[in-house]
Amino acid sequence: MNEAGFLQILIYLIALLVLSKPLGVYMARVYQDESIVANTWFAGLERGLYRLCGIQDKQDMRWQQYAGALLVFNLLGLLVVYALQTCQDWLPLNPQTLPAIAPDSALNTAISFATNTNWQGYAGEASMSYLTQMLGLTVQNFLSAASGMAVLVALIRGFSRRNTSSIGNFWVDMTRTTLYILLPLSLLLAIALVGQGVVQTFDRYATVKLQEPLTYSTPTVDAVGHAVLDAQGHPITQTQQSQEQTLALGPAASQIAIKQLGTNGGGFFNANSAHPYENPTPLSNFLEMLAILLIPAALCHTFGFLVGDSRQGWTLLAAMTLVFVALVFVTVSAEQHGNPALTSLGVDQASSIQQPGGNMEGKEARFGIVNSALWAVATTAASNGSVNAMHDSFTPIGGMIPMWLIQLGEVIFGGVGSGLYGMIVFALVAVFIAGLMIGRTPEYLGKKIEAFEMQMAAVIILIPPLLVLGGTALAVMTEAGKASILNPGAHGFSEVLYALSSAGNNNGSAFAGLSANVPFYNYLLGLAMLVSRYGLMIPVLAIAGSLAAKKHVPVGPGTLPTHTPLFAVLLIITVLMVGALTFVPALALGPIVEQLHMLAHP
Amino acid sequence: MTSYFRPAVTLLLLMTIITGGFYPALVTLLAQSVFPAQANGSLIRDKQGQAIGSTQIGQGFSQARYFWGRPSATAPYPYNATASGGSNLGPTNPALRDAVAQRIQALQQLDLDNHAPVPVDLVTASASGLDPHISIAAANYQVKRVAEARQLPESKVRDLVDSHIEPRQWRVFGEARVNVLGLNLALDAAAQTARP
Repeated sequence: MNEAGFLQILIYLIALLVLSKPLGVYMARVYQDESIVANTWFAGLERGLYRLCGIQDKQDMRWQQYAGALLVFNLLGLLVVYALQTCQDWLPLNPQTLPAIAPDSALNTAISFATNTNWQGYAGEASMSYLTQMLGLTVQNFLSAASGMAVLVALIRGFSRRNTSSIGNFWVDMTRTTLYILLPLSLLLAIALVGQGVVQTFDRYATVKLQEPLTYSTPTVDAVGHAVLDAQGHPITQTQQSQEQTLALGPAASQIAIKQLGTNGGGFFNANSAHPYENPTPLSNFLEMLAILLIPAALCHTFGFLVGDSRQGWTLLAAMTLVFVALVFVTVSAEQHGNPALTSLGVDQASSIQQPGGNMEGKEARFGIVNSALWAVATTAASNGSVNAMHDSFTPIGGMIPMWLIQLGEVIFGGVGSGLYGMIVFALVAVFIAGLMIGRTPEYLGKKIEAFEMQMAAVIILIPPLLVLGGTALAVMTEAGKASILNPGAHGFSEVLYALSSAGNNNGSAFAGLSANVPFYNYLLGLAMLVSRYGLMIPVLAIAGSLAAKKHVPVGPGTLPTHTPLFAVLLIITVLMVGALTFVPALALGPIVEQLHMLAHP
Repeated sequence: MTSYFRPAVTLLLLMTIITGGFYPALVTLLAQSVFPAQANGSLIRDKQGQAIGSTQIGQGFSQARYFWGRPSATAPYPYNATASGGSNLGPTNPALRDAVAQRIQALQQLDLDNHAPVPVDLVTASASGLDPHISIAAANYQVKRVAEARQLPESKVRDLVDSHIEPRQWRVFGEARVNVLGLNLALDAAAQTARP
């Protein structure tokens, strides 16, 4: 990697760490109900919302009530997204008169956006009306993110509260997250992105004159849409000419801002953040990448602030950052190394002052290698899933790192809220393992960790691998599962494993060669997203309820300090060991064998 | 469960109005008043006011007299800006090797004595299929062909390329690059002014 690439990564990390502290403290104040600047502007609106909704904002909930409210709210949102898609052909704001979405695809997308996965089985500009994008997808971008943050705050209250059965009010947490955190940040980012060239309009698609007329051939189809075959059985094609290019537009910036900030990731356009209208310049790329990790990183400080010991937040953030940085360098160097198969054809892949070089298949010239690889690691460390380069065309090792980051359970930064509650669960496991090793009572932040918490933690850690490995096995054993694979050999297996990893951990990125918009994958991945999201949220809330009811254990000589570098290392080892033991066998069948194949047969 | 329904339904409705209606409308209003050109797609217009492209979206070129952009994998034709996407071919897929070999052949057919290694971005498909840029190396590789096809001195075409290099943004971010459509429009304009 050259100095310019190194410098960009360094600037990114510094900007992230510097901005995360003030935002983290601000968010802590939001959740503590303190009066803040925004609060005075919005306070009336907030009170009005509660009154209209019949919400008793001073009344806290037990964990079961909290979970119930969350489930009902998310299910309703899911149904709305489904209904909007299946009825969009007779709803307004559909200037391209796009038809209704098929039920299996609509269900998959509805689940995907309600669960903060934002797996993109559809091609945005060719299938979703402006109304569906706004009222369906943009809204869930906000609300699914706020749901994750609400659950995290409930878990933090489990540590900070004592001898109580209540963990906060879901409606209040949801409302305050949306109004005071997500909306203002999204508004700022959206305007900045438009300044760089992201589109934001309700007009229909634009038509421009081509400089060089286009000639192409399309298959001839009969009246019912079947391809017409000639005597030899080959499809007959007809030559078409075009003088024009149609440019898909839409209210993209408003959706892209929250898509990045809320670790959602579902693109306005099919090519997601590789599309020049979603991510036009290196600066827009930097801002969007920053937005991907900003809230997950800042929430570590929110956590430290709310439990009354900022070092606890720093420790988790340090553990996440260390793993992140190490994996960035692996991915960048794998991609910069290029593809040996092309070298022998006489292709220049060397990095120089004139070109980024490296493996440029599926990458954009303005981003080159470093920014594509950095984005790939950021988007899979967080459960964002947006892409600015096509992961399917990465080198085997370059594509394995994003896949493995997803498989680690989305705890290296992770989704907004969900990443940190996942990491806190891993911290409980680390404390427990340390307790077993040195004979100390496992306790974390003044709360004793007992059998119930460990049972729930085990459920939380085991559900995603079960979905990923079980689902992959099912897909590669059935004809329907194998029919969607694009690339031959080990890479085809990687496509399926990546899809299930992505859905089973609510990430949403893809090895996009897999034709996933078919009923088999729409239902299988839909189920995986649903189980993974709520199968984890409910036990986390149960832990929160159980912890809140406990009394505070004062720090004694037998307490393992959890704010030290030693604990950060222990935490990293716990995360990596679980992730490696569970997934190395599957990865060996996909990217690892492909890498060996690539080196052996250049 | 039923006690959750009123807050859930009402809150969802109100949040939909705020985040799905009010917020995109406000962003659109601000965008259209502060950055109207960008918000509507950064369109390039000719003297008659007709839109002839966008600075952000590439167009396909295959004639010797134009600089070529990144290969595009969009269907059913390249640079289809209503169906963005990449090839998604894996690194060990023989189809990728074949496609690259074909692209190299197409370049060399029009540029017979150019035996330099081909810059990688000129023969690999972009992620969006709409990439408006190529690397400086990819532009330089084509200078001789374009100059010959247009019967212009090579130095003149090279100067034009140099004046279209976009450096790293703020000297730090991204990669230096050349906007292919912008360069080709400038070539055509230069040809017109040269003609008496």
